[in-house]
Amino acid sequence: MSWAFLRDLLSGVNKYSTGIGRIWVAVVFMFRLLVYVAAAENIWKHEHDEFECNIKQPGCENVCFDHFFPVSHIRLWALQLIMVSTPSLLVVFHVAYRENREKHHNQKFYRNPGKIDGGLLCTYLISLILKTGLEIVFLVLFYKLYNGFKIPRLVKCDIKPCPNTVDCYISKPTEKMIFLYFLVATSCLCIILNLSELSYLIFKYSIKCYLKRHVKKQQ
Amino acid sequence: MDWKTLQTVLGGVNKHSTSIGKIWLTVLFIFRIMILVVAAERVWGDEQDDFVCNTLQPGCRNVCYDHFFPISHIRLWALQLIFVSTPALLVAMHVAYTKHEKKRKLRNGEKINIEDLKNEKIHIRGPLWWTYTSSIFFRVVFEAVFMYVFYYMYDGFQMPRLVKCEAWPCPNTVDCFVSRPTEKTTFTIFMLAVSGICMILNLAELCYLVIKICMKDPRKTT
Repeated sequence: MSWAFLRDLLSGVNKYSTGIGRIWVAVVFMFRLLVYVAAAENIWKHEHDEFECNIKQPGCENVCFDHFFPVSHIRLWALQLIMVSTPSLLVVFHVAYRENREKHHNQKFYRNPGKIDGGLLCTYLISLILKTGLEIVFLVLFYKLYNGFKIPRLVKCDIKPCPNTVDCYISKPTEKMIFLYFLVATSCLCIILNLSELSYLIFKYSIKCYLKRHVKKQQ
Repeated sequence: MDWKTLQTVLGGVNKHSTSIGKIWLTVLFIFRIMILVVAAERVWGDEQDDFVCNTLQPGCRNVCYDHFFPISHIRLWALQLIFVSTPALLVAMHVAYTKHEKKRKLRNGEKINIEDLKNEKIHIRGPLWWTYTSSIFFRVVFEAVFMYVFYYMYDGFQMPRLVKCEAWPCPNTVDCFVSRPTEKTTFTIFMLAVSGICMILNLAELCYLVIKICMKDPRKTT
């Protein structure tokens, strides 16, 4: 079980997406998933080993590391990727339900089960809202947990069993910060794409509804 | 999940590329991605562990390493490969859109050349020509930008054996030794050379496409 599952899920979702939805899938694939696996994971690989404090007191380094990194950036990043991709499953399930229903009753209920209309439109809009919400939640979480998106070279720690205020040095802070900013930028890009897709769908279907009603009135 | 997905996507684009485009893809896969994964990652694997400074001061090594290597070569190469491969996605999306439109026309009963649809070869003309040409242009721009970033960040392409560091908390100027500098320099020059070859291939493809379209126009008017 690895990221291949997420890749397959996103490929499946691609079939039932709008044009903007496909751009979102491409951005998540190339600029988030691939960057995470190919580059970012290795930066945070030995973060605990390379975290060094100016003290020989046993346990001090462990305690300080735990205090400053309650949940590692890379784990939050992975969670964000998973959570943000999951709402698309709702759409896949709904389409599968439609196809199953047609098979079960041996009747054609829908002109095209994968077309975004009726109930599937609601599901799609809900998945977009959930995706956007989760992106924002994770960005806020990153900001609150680490006091902004900066990673300092030096942190001062005075938790027991450290005997007094101790200097602790974080490894590769500049590289980590660059990739953190990259994460924030791609997150924001995905939020913009989701909001555009939401507006586009609402606008398109409002116009359709309005035209239908207009035609009915004329008749 | 690794570079395989990228390989699948780009492999799909391969069908609709020119011959030079196919050569570019081969060079990208064999001499860049494969070398990165199989060799370069091992060379840079122990870069921080084996970065040694002539001091016992805790924290000095971390700080010096961070100062001299703000972003590791290996990560820059991975980013470069991702950015350089992304414009091909534009072409893949355009081709997918064209096929979708053709399928829709077929469903609506319009006359379509079924042989063409079956063979699934989309010719590079019209709007696709513009998409394809812009993708090559962006590839060239990204390659150039990354080469410049490398040059600017590391003052050239050579990896020094020794760097002198006086960032706090190092008590004074401290000698720090980089691990495997010759091997790293060799790979840096190799990747630079292959980048250059890819740029030349892209420029050649750009010229070819422009000449092709210019040659066609006089024929249309006669």
